[in-house]
Amino acid sequence: MPAISFQSVCKTYPATPQQRAQGKPGLRAVDDVSFQIEEGEFFGLLGPNGAGKTTLISMLAGLSRPTAGAVSVHGFDVQRDYAEARRHLGIVPQELVFDPFFNVRESLRIQSGYFGIKNNDAWIDELLHSLGLSDKANANLRQLSGGMKRRVLVAQALVHKPQVIVLDEPTAGVDVELRQTLWQFVAKLNKQGSTVLLTTHYLEEAEALCNRIAMLKQGRVIALDRTSELLKSAASNVLRFKTDADLPWEIAQHARITGRIVQLPAQNAHEVEQLLGALRQAGVAVEDVEMRKADLEDVFIDLMAGEQTPLEVAR
Amino acid sequence: MIATTGWRTLLYKETLRFWKVGFQTVGAPILTAVLYLMVFGHVLEDHVKVYGTVSYTAFLIPGLVMMSVLQNAFANSSSSIIQSKIMGSLVFVLLTPLSHWGWFLAYVGSSIIRGLAVGLGVFVVTIFFAMPDFAAPLWIFAFAFLGAAMLGTLGLIAGLWAEKFDQMAMFQNFLIMPMTFLSGVFYSIGSLPPFWQGVSHLNPFFYMIDGFRYGFFGISDTSPWLSFGIVGGAWLVVSAVAVHLLRIGYKIRG
Repeated sequence: MPAISFQSVCKTYPATPQQRAQGKPGLRAVDDVSFQIEEGEFFGLLGPNGAGKTTLISMLAGLSRPTAGAVSVHGFDVQRDYAEARRHLGIVPQELVFDPFFNVRESLRIQSGYFGIKNNDAWIDELLHSLGLSDKANANLRQLSGGMKRRVLVAQALVHKPQVIVLDEPTAGVDVELRQTLWQFVAKLNKQGSTVLLTTHYLEEAEALCNRIAMLKQGRVIALDRTSELLKSAASNVLRFKTDADLPWEIAQHARITGRIVQLPAQNAHEVEQLLGALRQAGVAVEDVEMRKADLEDVFIDLMAGEQTPLEVAR
Repeated sequence: MIATTGWRTLLYKETLRFWKVGFQTVGAPILTAVLYLMVFGHVLEDHVKVYGTVSYTAFLIPGLVMMSVLQNAFANSSSSIIQSKIMGSLVFVLLTPLSHWGWFLAYVGSSIIRGLAVGLGVFVVTIFFAMPDFAAPLWIFAFAFLGAAMLGTLGLIAGLWAEKFDQMAMFQNFLIMPMTFLSGVFYSIGSLPPFWQGVSHLNPFFYMIDGFRYGFFGISDTSPWLSFGIVGGAWLVVSAVAVHLLRIGYKIRG
């Protein structure tokens, strides 16, 4: 039985009165998405803003209802058997939300109670320790920094020991220390058997952590495969250099440009020579030229550019 | 000590929430009620006798107690839901296995607790000014409980419906407040012209206050059984609406 299952899931938001007046249709945020996540997997859900990642997670959490299709957690339909589905699910929401009336320990005790768990202090203490919150246990949430609040959100999601952990951009805007602490802890839980679903814009994190990845674009799955297979599907090498000049259009359209740094896919030495020759001919002076292996970000950019056929390889 | 089942934990959390800001949620309404009593009692004590023998201050006390019960029960559920909706912290409850019945019991239950706590506080302080009778104590409790439940449920509906504080203020100031003030808190509707007596009988809040006052004086403008039936029936109707809204996730689940 899969830990998470999306079957032909669609979500359409109805048009606003203004959109209706202009004859515009509603927004189809998720369009016929089907995939399964097996128990014990560390699964990445990637895509640009507005691709439908958070909408999918909202439907998984029961925060919104699918327009069509079915979502289940450990075989429990998230609408029909919502109580059982939610007992198996721990979700770290994307927004940095907190209840200002309570301190950290009170918040965690209350969250335990919602799930019918009493005398949970041993696990709460372990969570506080593992997430570096022990000395903040009695601090009101208003007094905590953004990073600390994020840690509390993680603790709240894990307080009922869910078998499936969903992290919706958990490291957005947080410091390196929290990232390290968080990934060590989540990796430990994953090794102990928990299933993890991660959405992130930090692709190096996804590449390092996830066994399998789905990429979403405009509400559709355009790639679904093991991380290693996705990496193989990209150009195996990348030519990297710095320049102050504008690139010719035929080269620029394939390039990843970050300030002065330009990265171009190049399969072999022949392609590298061709690229450098074209740049020389265009009068583009380059420096700090180097080659590196392609990473997940290269795969992501290739796929989002829309030049590849959607992959439907469920493994 | 945390309660062991979900809805009891939510009840505990909602109760703890208002208790942590007790000066604002309990102390301030008591002070307001006492100020009403001092001002109106001072002005009218020597000029008005109600039901023939009851002093105006003694008459006013049950009305003020019930008004405080009603307003604070409404404020509890409505403010909690609108705040947590706007701040996003409602997600912590939305992600739990709590059923819509659990939500209903917890939010209405904590509103009843706050309403009765404020009402008791107002009563304890105001009896230093005049001691009303206790002709039928069971009616006192029944109407206080029903009134708090009714307004707690209305607050729950308003909290779900409102998307911003302005909408909530509109509900509170243009509906709850006038209906409370015009329900006979400060006067017996027997003193009104026949037309306004008829209008008052269309106000469900009138029956809550009239029935509650019957518990103290054994006299009322309407039979307490009729009041109990109307208030109880109205509560069942608004409860059905509230439970339905929670079941469909009205404005809280997309």
